[in-house]
Amino acid sequence: MATKDIERSATSALEQREPVWEYADAPESTEIVRLEDRYGLFIGGEFVEPKSGKWFETIDPATEEPLAKVAEAGPEDVDLAVKAARAASDETWRDLPGSERAKYLYRIARQLQERAREFAVLETMDGGKPIKESRDVDLPLSAAHFFYYAGWADKLEYAFPNRHPRPVGVAGQVIPWNFPMLMAAWKLAPALAAGNTVVLKPAETTPLTALLLAQVIQEAELPPGVVNIVTGAGPTGGALVEHEDVDKIAFTGSTEVGKIIRRSIAGTGKRLTLELGGKAANIVFEDAPLDQAIEGVINGIFFNQGHVCCAGSRLLVEEPMFEPLIGKLKERLQTMRVGNPLDKNTDIGAINSRAQLEKIEELVAAGVEEGAEMYQPECLLPERGFWFRPTLFTNVSQSHRIAREEIFGPVLSIITFRTPSEAIEKANNTPYGLSAGIWTEKGSRILWMAERMQAGVVWANTFNRFDPASPFGGYKESGFGREGGLQGLEPYLELEPNGGR
Amino acid sequence: MSQAAEIERGRPGLALYAPKEAARLVSRVTPVDAVGLEERAASLAKRSIKRESKLWALDLAIRCMDLTTLEGTDTTGKVVAMCAKAVRPNPLDDSIPSVAAVCLYPHLVQVALGQLKGTDVKVASVAGSFPAGLGPLGARLAEIREVVDLGAHEVDIVLNRSLFLGGRYAECFEELVAARDASGSAHLKVILETGELGSYDRIRQASVLAMASGADFIKTSTGKIGVNATLPSALCMMEAARDFRHETGHRVGVKVAGGIRASKQAIQYLVLVYETLGPEWMTPDLFRIGASTLLNDVLMQIDKERTGRYQGPDYFTID
Repeated sequence: MATKDIERSATSALEQREPVWEYADAPESTEIVRLEDRYGLFIGGEFVEPKSGKWFETIDPATEEPLAKVAEAGPEDVDLAVKAARAASDETWRDLPGSERAKYLYRIARQLQERAREFAVLETMDGGKPIKESRDVDLPLSAAHFFYYAGWADKLEYAFPNRHPRPVGVAGQVIPWNFPMLMAAWKLAPALAAGNTVVLKPAETTPLTALLLAQVIQEAELPPGVVNIVTGAGPTGGALVEHEDVDKIAFTGSTEVGKIIRRSIAGTGKRLTLELGGKAANIVFEDAPLDQAIEGVINGIFFNQGHVCCAGSRLLVEEPMFEPLIGKLKERLQTMRVGNPLDKNTDIGAINSRAQLEKIEELVAAGVEEGAEMYQPECLLPERGFWFRPTLFTNVSQSHRIAREEIFGPVLSIITFRTPSEAIEKANNTPYGLSAGIWTEKGSRILWMAERMQAGVVWANTFNRFDPASPFGGYKESGFGREGGLQGLEPYLELEPNGGR
Repeated sequence: MSQAAEIERGRPGLALYAPKEAARLVSRVTPVDAVGLEERAASLAKRSIKRESKLWALDLAIRCMDLTTLEGTDTTGKVVAMCAKAVRPNPLDDSIPSVAAVCLYPHLVQVALGQLKGTDVKVASVAGSFPAGLGPLGARLAEIREVVDLGAHEVDIVLNRSLFLGGRYAECFEELVAARDASGSAHLKVILETGELGSYDRIRQASVLAMASGADFIKTSTGKIGVNATLPSALCMMEAARDFRHETGHRVGVKVAGGIRASKQAIQYLVLVYETLGPEWMTPDLFRIGASTLLNDVLMQIDKERTGRYQGPDYFTID
């Protein structure tokens, strides 16, 4: 590990706080999950062998043990999936009454609730996130999205008055590895509610919950071909995006790939929504409720190991608040529990992949190189698997790489400001614009700030709060289009004026 | 308060601020966001405490317990029985520790002292016109002095919410300082009655006022109103105690009381202490749980952890 060489500022507080109470291991049992040896592609309502003949392994990032083999979809497989989606669209789905489509969505939502524990355990095994998060956040929200959009399916004409909403057709959806199940739900629920059929490509490091969802979809007797799931890496996603019979692309992932996608479909008439990277500012004013702000900052950057596009990775602190805040942050970091993601008391789990770990290490090394001051608490990390200590950087300036680039890891860069205007200036001084947090007791200041923030979501005295009814999306290089709420339906609908056509 | 008593206390313990500073002290207390505080408390309540760590916590819960009876119907017989239970919670099991203290009305202090002679179990008496705390100041202070003279080791009084909520912080503070003086070498616990304070901001302000006046403990509730200790209000007080320690170097204890009947709740409060105040607070000197029926549930859970089976309730004595 590159960071091993970096001197750590261990605190003397640690010796004083020798734990007298060791929480015993409290691992969630994995017995509920029945893994197959290998998973085919989900096309036309069936699991099929890939025409490509290729398979890849997906591992548990906390142990590096292989979990299963997964089919790698080639162009021919993607073509079959798109054809299945087109056929399902033409033959059944688009003309099905909204109330009928809703029944399927409700059925899926209820199944997700019933099998929530199984999904949560599998999500944690495949992705490395703490079980308490997959159990309390990912799965409840996934089910909530299906419930929410099921409710809209037969009310589209009321949702868009004086319009004649029609489905777009076949949607190609490419999702990331940080919230595999939740992103699948965010993508599938509005598309299906609006009457589209879908080809979904999960990320190559975390395909398993999407494939379990495919089983749920089978059990829900969704007409074959309405949802197709093709697994694979970048080239599979590329084949899907470039397929000529796809009407709409929805992508969540890195800005880099988002740009490639936008270039590749330029001039094709395909619709596109992108939800990309971020470098969110979490802004703490002197009058903030300090202890809750600390929790918000911790949650903002260490939730899901910082693998969150809207993570509050830049902490902007009003200067008089800097000392007390840093003291409290360091103290709070000592209590964070890093380790086995399946343990119910784990706060920070495993980094999703070796590649991501290397990226985090590289950027953290650059931070030290550029003169920022690093702080990491002492904590024992497991020997196998991919791990990174929660990390704070102070003495960070706007020009440092750690203040500009998305690290997508548990690394917080702390910057100070003097006035609200300076806070706005610094917060907006980034190519990204996905989210922001404001911590102050002053309501008028929250509104003043929110008006001026170039961010799709602005949280006030909280962070990383999601709700299916609330639209989510970016400004600038964080993408365009909104997911969630009424706005989340628009990308999946042709909204011509009534009486048109 | 005599000089000798002060030396005996072995720590300064007197007011850390002048009364005229009280208003300023209250006004600069950091605000509390209710949503965030409740979320944090709820997330800590989900910690999964198993096996040996659970046994350790249950043992500590007994050692930190103020076994309490505060009824108008309390009699000598009731208190004699409770004291026996306090010393040996499970007569068949020597490994079960005694509780920290018994907590009762002044009238019964002498009975308890007689019963507990030669044991480490302390006697705590409520005083100061418990539970409203609105008797004449002179009478309230006299009551405190009297129970201390009788030999009570600890005194639980209530914050004057009439003065506090009325914004008369200096007077409120002066009363607390006077109570501190009156309690002499006894440990003073100030009950904030959090269920009546209306907001977490107020709970935090009251905590600071009480700690600054020299209280040894701040305590959530009397147990006499509808809303007793809750996890968020206790967390709010613990955060105040933690910051007070950073600012002044003084460790002030926290006592949660009222409505804590199940082992699971006791463990949740211990998790709050552990992750907010740290291991050094996990001692009866700095953390207490005021309860009456909790003890038997803890005994039952200890048996269950050890044997893998639940015993029927009749295997645990009711006192």
